[in-house]
Amino acid sequence: MAAIAGPLRSYRSVFAARFMLMLQYRAAAVAGFVTQCWWGIIKVMVFAAFFHGATARQPLSFPQTVAYVWLGQAFLMLMPWWGDPEITEMVRSGNVSYERLRPLDTYFFWYARALAWISARMVPRAAMMFAFVALLLPLLGLGQWGLAPPPSPRAAALFVAGMVMAVLLSGAVLMLINLLVVVLISDRGPSLLATQTVTLLSGILVPLPFFPGWMRSFLFLQPCAGLADIPFRIYSGNLAGGLALAGLLLMLVWIIALIAIGRRLMERVMSRLEVQGG
Amino acid sequence: MPQVLVENLSKTYRVSERRPGAWGAVQGLFARRYRLVHALRHISFSLERGELLGFIGPNGAGKSTTIKILSGILEPLSGRCEIDGLTPWRDRIRHVARIGVVFGQRTQLWWDLPVIDGFNLLRDIYRVPESEYRRTRDEMIGLMRLERLLDQPVRQLSLGQRMRCEIAAAMLHRPALLFLDEPTIGLDAPSKLAVREFVKTLNRRQGVTVILTTHDMHDIEALAERVIVIGNGVILADKPFALLRAEVFTERRLLADFVGAAPALDIPGAVVRNRDGNSIELSFDPAIISVPQLIESISSKYELADVHVEQPQIEEVIARFYDLHGASEA
Repeated sequence: MAAIAGPLRSYRSVFAARFMLMLQYRAAAVAGFVTQCWWGIIKVMVFAAFFHGATARQPLSFPQTVAYVWLGQAFLMLMPWWGDPEITEMVRSGNVSYERLRPLDTYFFWYARALAWISARMVPRAAMMFAFVALLLPLLGLGQWGLAPPPSPRAAALFVAGMVMAVLLSGAVLMLINLLVVVLISDRGPSLLATQTVTLLSGILVPLPFFPGWMRSFLFLQPCAGLADIPFRIYSGNLAGGLALAGLLLMLVWIIALIAIGRRLMERVMSRLEVQGG
Repeated sequence: MPQVLVENLSKTYRVSERRPGAWGAVQGLFARRYRLVHALRHISFSLERGELLGFIGPNGAGKSTTIKILSGILEPLSGRCEIDGLTPWRDRIRHVARIGVVFGQRTQLWWDLPVIDGFNLLRDIYRVPESEYRRTRDEMIGLMRLERLLDQPVRQLSLGQRMRCEIAAAMLHRPALLFLDEPTIGLDAPSKLAVREFVKTLNRRQGVTVILTTHDMHDIEALAERVIVIGNGVILADKPFALLRAEVFTERRLLADFVGAAPALDIPGAVVRNRDGNSIELSFDPAIISVPQLIESISSKYELADVHVEQPQIEEVIARFYDLHGASEA
């Protein structure tokens, strides 16, 4: 960690520059928001039909499921689906070499940028989505279809902590994709792989508690659960008390582990990196 | 102690090969063939503080490989390199904080950021103290005449404008050693002159050591006192530019127009390069036969209409030099 403690100002500036740059894409944010509302409504209706027909007791209550769905729509941009387009472009153009000319740990240099890229796309969309499902829908008398507040201030606080950690986790996963892109000099394979894996294992497609029982411990323990499932269930109180803390602890372990793996990988990749031409 | 010390540096790349055609592609699935390319073979040189070194050679000679190793991006196969007491690829972070690098074909400023924001970002990345940063920044802005470019995003700049900004950006942390890899490539004449002027100022007035690679021999002529010529990964020459020039420049050209058809000449020390109608082009070595002697030996036998003596273009000289050493790219 000594590598990051000193030049923290450097990484912070890198984060800030990218964050401000990404905030410029307002039209994309609005368009994304509209699409995510549409999909959210459909998913909520599908679950309503499912709960209507279901006789057995479900692992999530209907309001908890609705919260899960809307949070998924609000934080969709958190998902590490693709490699960072900036890194992909640098790999193609050969500008990667310039990255090694900066007096920074290249892993954290890119990690700071990844965090900015993720959060700058996520924050505006999430804000709009919260306004829609937590304020507008209840005001229109459609509160049962919207996002109910967390059951307790404690759940709310744990959720906020969980979301901050989810961003850190997403950045660590994104870095692994980035490194794969550097190795393969192409983003297609890694992005395809990441999209499939993350969509399924984060719970963003089908909430993880709805998977068959024998899969659940695995699903809870694997790293992608921290991208959606754990914080979303903390929000609705489905994951509370000791289990909520265990979930957050698990996320922390994954963040540290993935960063450690990523840094080792970065060293190996960079020592073999050969920039062609020029 | 020299600022830059390079001893026996070697670098080999492994290039994968494929037999041509569909069958070759199938074979490649099972057994890949590799070929070793020796980019650098035991090169050694050293550089004192404040020198301006021109590093030239044909494409694929090993120039960029050397620059990449010296700047810490690439690890060599073997050999030693010390710059201000640091080994670039081992002490990369500490080393790169002290050097500036400009690759003419690449960009280091963030494409979408206005120039001044890019500068500010570099200030933070290199952790330059604010007062020192302001002084350097304003000085660079003045020297490179950047005032009117500062608010523009980098992507909107012309190549010439961008290169001026790039070089200024590379100097913001006051590096003691500056690498310029083809800084004038693709630039128009005024921009080239501006870049040369700037490099000269940095070197002569501020004592910055500069390592310059280029294919533009006018850059070398204008800037470098010392030149290293590299070909096929070997140093072919390492000497003051004036000396190199004198050595290869021994050749002169004589263009003669005759009143009648140009005769077939056979003069010792002179070679007929071209004969066309009334005119003839000779190359000769003034050490063997002087200009008056040569003209005398022609005009005593034939009737001359016009005579013209010239030196070959510097580009031609270098091309000849590469050819002589078998260094031209295959």
